[in-house]
Amino acid sequence: MSREEKKEQRAKLREIKKFNNKKYKEYNKMMKQKNVPESEYLTTMKNPDNILEFDNLRTYFYTDTGTVKSVDGVTFEIPRGKTIGVVGESGCGKSVTSLSVMRLLQGPQGQIAGGAIRYNQESKNRAIDLTKIPVKEMEHIRGNEISMIFQEPMTTLNPVFTIGAQLSECIKLHNPNMAEEDVKNRALEVLKLVGIVREGIYDNYPHELSGGMRQRVVIAMSLACDPQLIIADEPTTALDVTIQAQILDLLRDLKEKINASIMLITHDLGVVAEMADYVVVMYAGRVVEQGTADEIFHDPKHPYTIGLMKSKPMINERVERLYSIPGNVPNPINLPPHCYFKNRCESCVEKCEGAYPELIEVTPTHKVSCHLYENGNSGKTGGNK
Amino acid sequence: MEEKNIVEVKNLKKYFPIKSGVLQRTTGYVRAVDGVSFSIKKGQTFGLVGESGCGKTTIGRSILRLTEPTSGEININGVDIMKVKKKDLRPLRPKMQMIFQDPFSSLDPRMPVGEIIGEAVKEHNLVPKSEYRDYVLSIMKDCGLRPYYIDRYPHEFSGGQRQRICIARALALNPDVIIADEPVSALDVSIQAQIINLMKDLQEKRKLTYLFISHDLSVVEHISDVVGVMYLGTMMENGPKESIFKNPLHPYTQALFSAVPIADPDVKMNRILLQGDIPSPSNPPSGCKFHTRCSKCMDICKTEVPTLQEYEPGHCVACHLYNKKKTENK
Repeated sequence: MSREEKKEQRAKLREIKKFNNKKYKEYNKMMKQKNVPESEYLTTMKNPDNILEFDNLRTYFYTDTGTVKSVDGVTFEIPRGKTIGVVGESGCGKSVTSLSVMRLLQGPQGQIAGGAIRYNQESKNRAIDLTKIPVKEMEHIRGNEISMIFQEPMTTLNPVFTIGAQLSECIKLHNPNMAEEDVKNRALEVLKLVGIVREGIYDNYPHELSGGMRQRVVIAMSLACDPQLIIADEPTTALDVTIQAQILDLLRDLKEKINASIMLITHDLGVVAEMADYVVVMYAGRVVEQGTADEIFHDPKHPYTIGLMKSKPMINERVERLYSIPGNVPNPINLPPHCYFKNRCESCVEKCEGAYPELIEVTPTHKVSCHLYENGNSGKTGGNK
Repeated sequence: MEEKNIVEVKNLKKYFPIKSGVLQRTTGYVRAVDGVSFSIKKGQTFGLVGESGCGKTTIGRSILRLTEPTSGEININGVDIMKVKKKDLRPLRPKMQMIFQDPFSSLDPRMPVGEIIGEAVKEHNLVPKSEYRDYVLSIMKDCGLRPYYIDRYPHEFSGGQRQRICIARALALNPDVIIADEPVSALDVSIQAQIINLMKDLQEKRKLTYLFISHDLSVVEHISDVVGVMYLGTMMENGPKESIFKNPLHPYTQALFSAVPIADPDVKMNRILLQGDIPSPSNPPSGCKFHTRCSKCMDICKTEVPTLQEYEPGHCVACHLYNKKKTENK
């Protein structure tokens, strides 16, 4: 690298730093804000039957090497009482989407840069925008009305507290007037709900339990306050198939019992097919396709979804050679202006050089973001080459 | 022509001592591998499946004597590995190589790719010094790595590329047997397919023999010729993949297969749900190790250990259910 180039690079880095500092300051100011008037975060739902609506959500990470657009314009909705499956490869922004809902992003680097997450708060009979809500308000919602199940049951539980202590902590926090005895009874009740009948577990430490049991405890914790919405971030990835089957069975049972909505994040298409009513496929921070489970699995439209389905080997289905999507996920810094999947796509058309494709409605529920399907084209001309 | 067995494992055992107290006395053993026998024919892939903690990885490591087995017999290429002295093992090593699970921790972050791949080649003097760089480049080309990667460091690569480097490192020594310990479980689905295809291509080109260890049944079905199902350190069932996947005999195999989620929302399977967890291998149940979770458990299962018996040609199962049928038929 010549001297000139080095100089140029240094100047670039300085510029990034300056820009980031400005963003950090804005963020800190927002966090410190007190007494935000309610009118600032009140909104109206597009459809009152939805529990959560993402509207052009953008979550950026301002890092020293540039802005990482982890989630860049995600729009989908979660109807009440349904299960939504979010699928995608690692780094596609599915976890960041869920963390944005919970407002658990690592600040000030990670920030919601724009868009809205509208939440239908039934307890107060209003609709609020979770991206603008003050931190104090969020504390009442997090864990109480919207709760989360994390990926690793080994690391989500605190090793120095008993299961009982950790379970009742969250109940006590959201119900400060509850008597000590009621708290314990409630804790045992939710443990029973997830299929743990042995009362001795209340005094056990996390290391005394197996992976499957620990994940049950984590699920019990998320259920403790009767949430409206459960976000499950890869709940079974760390578990064996036989235990995974148990946990999925449990989640399905619970959904019926407590009448909550579930947002299930996973990379396993099999898990999604089994659990979800609606499926959202994400790629490089954007939704590339969404629809009912039936539509996505039987009539996938986007070349990425098709490739993803073909590249997974299936039991009792013999193929000589697995289909593999060529290349890698693009670098999240400096994403190209055209479709992000263009370089890996086999059914590219001329138009793909142009701007990023809009979401196109194939049926009222099935949407796909691909140039092949514009103008009511069924995609037969360019696709399936 | 029937190919010869290149790997033969007989009654392999590996017990890890549990030490406790101030004096670190041995108070018990974790029976990670408890009497496992199998063989692999040249050019074939043997898929080893089972849940975590069932001893799959220990078998892989024991075959290379990376962990010293407690007892048993391991024949590779006609040489009894167990009887070879540790220092004489070194010249045998190029013929058996391993690919590790996690490509993020199995590469030295301070070594450029060329050196990672070529280090062992240099050590074993496989090629003259003048041809060394060309040799590494040719191996890299086989594994789908671009030539200019040779001077880069592992952190500059994605997970799939790193796994390619690991495969290149194993291939560089021109081995006969490669033990692949969950080579694709840390990778994304689209990258997984690339690596599996690469492994299959290389096998055809170089007549490699794989021991493919994985917990992902669909991957094992795709790549293997012969499959072995393990539970708590013992082999429950093994045989050609066609007959195992079409007609799983052991109740554990049946449960394991039915637990795999299928990517089709219309298929609602009749699940065999296993209750509870795997028992601890330090204190395994008496008799058949699976009887605590088995839906077809009989009285005999609690007391007597079933042996691995041939049910169909090549398809063996260790379960009392099938012993009984056999005697009845007679």
